[in-house]
Amino acid sequence: MSRLGNIGAKLYRGEVGYDFVKNRMIWYGISVLITVLALAGLGFKGLNMGIEFQGGALFTTPPTSVSVQQAKEDAEEASGHDAIVQKLGNGTLRIQVGGLDTSTASPVTKKLAEDLNVPADKINTELVGPSWGAQIANKAWTGLAVFMVLVVVYLALAFEWRMAVAALIALIHDLTITVGVYALVGFEVTPGTVIGLLTILGYSLYDTVVVFDGLKEGGKDITKQSRYTYSEIANRSLNATLVRSINTTVVALLPVAGLLFIGGGVLGAGMLNDISLSLFVGLAAGAYSSIFIATPLVADLKEREPQMKALKKRILAKRAAEAKSESGDGSDDPQDAVPAAAGVVGQRPGRGRPTQGKRR
Amino acid sequence: MAAPKKGRKAPGAPGRPGRALALMTIVILALVGGMFASGHTTPRLGIDLAGGTSITLKAQNEPGQPNAINKTNMDTAVGIMERRVNGMGVSESEVQTQGNDNIIVNIPKGTNSQQARDQVGTTAKLYFRPVLAVTQGAPLPDPGKTPAPNPSATGKDQPAAKDPKDKGTASPTAPPTSTATSQGRAVTDALKAPTPTPNPTGGTSGTPDPQKTPPPAQDPATAKLEKAFAALDCNDPKQREKAGDGFKPSETTIGCGQSPDGKSWDKYILGPAELEGTDVKKASGTFDTQRALWKVDMEFTKAGSDKFAKTTAKLMKQQSPMNQFGIVLDGNVVSAPSVSSVLSGNAEITGSFNQESAQELGNILSYGSLPLTFKEETVTTVTPALGSDQLEAGLIAGAIGLVLVVIYLVVYYRGLSFVALLSLLVSGIMTYTIMALLGPAIGFALNLPAVCGAIVAIGITADSFIVYFERIRDEIREGRTLRPAVERAWPRARRTILVSDFVSLLSAVVLYIVTVGKVQGFAFTLGLTTLLDVVVVFLFTKPLMTLLASKTKFFGNGHKWSGLDPKRLGVQPPLRRTRRVSTPTEPKEA
Repeated sequence: MSRLGNIGAKLYRGEVGYDFVKNRMIWYGISVLITVLALAGLGFKGLNMGIEFQGGALFTTPPTSVSVQQAKEDAEEASGHDAIVQKLGNGTLRIQVGGLDTSTASPVTKKLAEDLNVPADKINTELVGPSWGAQIANKAWTGLAVFMVLVVVYLALAFEWRMAVAALIALIHDLTITVGVYALVGFEVTPGTVIGLLTILGYSLYDTVVVFDGLKEGGKDITKQSRYTYSEIANRSLNATLVRSINTTVVALLPVAGLLFIGGGVLGAGMLNDISLSLFVGLAAGAYSSIFIATPLVADLKEREPQMKALKKRILAKRAAEAKSESGDGSDDPQDAVPAAAGVVGQRPGRGRPTQGKRR
Repeated sequence: MAAPKKGRKAPGAPGRPGRALALMTIVILALVGGMFASGHTTPRLGIDLAGGTSITLKAQNEPGQPNAINKTNMDTAVGIMERRVNGMGVSESEVQTQGNDNIIVNIPKGTNSQQARDQVGTTAKLYFRPVLAVTQGAPLPDPGKTPAPNPSATGKDQPAAKDPKDKGTASPTAPPTSTATSQGRAVTDALKAPTPTPNPTGGTSGTPDPQKTPPPAQDPATAKLEKAFAALDCNDPKQREKAGDGFKPSETTIGCGQSPDGKSWDKYILGPAELEGTDVKKASGTFDTQRALWKVDMEFTKAGSDKFAKTTAKLMKQQSPMNQFGIVLDGNVVSAPSVSSVLSGNAEITGSFNQESAQELGNILSYGSLPLTFKEETVTTVTPALGSDQLEAGLIAGAIGLVLVVIYLVVYYRGLSFVALLSLLVSGIMTYTIMALLGPAIGFALNLPAVCGAIVAIGITADSFIVYFERIRDEIREGRTLRPAVERAWPRARRTILVSDFVSLLSAVVLYIVTVGKVQGFAFTLGLTTLLDVVVVFLFTKPLMTLLASKTKFFGNGHKWSGLDPKRLGVQPPLRRTRRVSTPTEPKEA
């Protein structure tokens, strides 16, 4: 781990680093591509909504030797509707029957119990009316909207509106990707999924906020110096908190992975699985977006400010002069001040010097 | 974010670590002690972990009553449902509103869930039915015999207008308001005659003629009714509840009602419904200043008035008890006033109402008993076997997650992970005890999503330590020795932790407020653990770090296994750093 510690130190000092901001167009491109794919999946394939959203009944039997085929026939005969039957790891059967009303499902339970030769009170039932899912979804949307407004206001106050906007875009990005993955892979959407999705809200922002916090500190008094442009500062802050971002993501993903393993491996299906699956996808997207999308976006927005423009002009002019005097590798890319080739980024103010010749 | 500024003024101040740790110890001891003292050493488990039935009912919007779904009505509905469920003899069931228009009914394992659903979910119906016969509540010895009026019951045929609380459940534990003082209800018309018109005097109290009371046993339906009536035991709460089941409003039916003395039960044979709840336009509990008593005024609709006039005209000519009409609610005879004149438009029910009960009955009648119509949205029945499976799976998942996090922390942070693990432990103890205490305190029940929330929170909690540790390491990389590094890192880490935890808390609170059902349990745990995270980091992790940095050589000197070894953190000898200075032109920026 000392190697990682060393990398951490180098990242912190800016000796190594990846120029996230400079290469942002690549990441924007990738994100746009994924988002378009996600939306296309959503549009063409749609989401596989679970019975909680359509209404119907879900029966879980105790471990039984009845075959899936047999159970399917029994369930369809008993209910008069199509049934989906899964056999879970421990031998229990999970039988989903759509189109059943809460009141019409009760007799089915009894009949099913007789057919499958298990006592009726040993069968778990979940009966869901058709409007329940809509209600949950409605509330989720309301929650989403309220949360977004609040968080934008909060971030605008705690940081600035540009960061709020960037965080919001990153958030929408994460949610779109997660939903898109669900559409494309065809995972079933249940209330558990919605819970997971809503949690991503908090978590994706949590990650972004930590990065922004470093960014805010790095960007303090930026106009009083003429060494780095805002993009460079942003990139450096990003690299300095990179180890933390990685650690955070790993530590957040590990328990979720535990949930996923148990939910998927032992219970086979259900709440644990649904929550952890959407969390897993969302967290991964969240970690990606806070580094590759949110911060570069802030830098983009910031560079539009007149002050920052002036600063950049000043710095570029100075660097041009230096380059001339040193006959260094003057570059003609005015957009981004730091070359990525060498993987070197700016350093902390007041600390070590920039590596020679890596600057324009 | 004012805190960091303060911190920056005195970056080296170690604070009073001992005091904070002592406070924390007291808090933990108090929580643990409180938990054992309260006797609730495990969190209350939700239906999905303990087994049982959970029913979600959603209030339905009805045309013409756009504002019917409000807090008062929901609370009234909860009250009625609670009494219904408890009337079944089920303890520990809970009925609570969720969101604006949902009611969750949780019934623990070992209860007939079908019965519970029947009682809880159905909207109670209000009917005005003519009384055909009334007798004492016990079953008749000979079912074939026609019901003989019981002398004790007939002496006072002034059925009580009972406390509306009985209404739904006909609970045997009738509140004191429905006592022997109940004056049957006097029904008046709107003219407010000084004396209630239909005076249920002793004159009507003659025993009903046994010959005409029971409907002639001609057809199977009547025979069935007779049999059911004879067998009916109104003293049995379950039978009482079921009395009128299976009879349509247009059919003759049977029902139970509390006798006027409020101590026993009478059973009735009731004719087809003449009016029903929908014929009542409005009802309200009002105070009659002249008589100084609370009563319930009913106003009928146009159609209702006509029907009421017709019915009363018919009934007034009858002999007791057939001059009575029963106000039947949920199959129970709430009140059975006798009629002595033709009434229409308005009616009033008097009795020993107090303000609350009069208003409640008024409210109930206005909407046809249950103030709202409810529809079952979800019914989940979890067998105890599956519940314990799920609990076990959740715990295993949590354990796996925790172990993975611990391994990662130990490998990455070495000695520092000791601090992290202790902090996680403290956080875990606090979360557990608070959950256990919240069970009895606010009815918190740990369900599967809540378990998930707690597991996810491991990550959030651990992240606070990571933020702090990374800051400390950064300070060490700046060349500081450990003690100043620990102090200087804190203000910056503190701000980050506060900002990010605030966002996390915000999402939890929003989720908790706007969502329903399972999402709420999740949001609650997430919010709770986020708050505890802040507490633990401020009062435990930071002071502990300060203490360890100043009092131990292991950490203080940056032992190579401490996770704070400058060499391992890549702090370079100053020589190498200065060598790389190449552009010394710029003055250092502020």
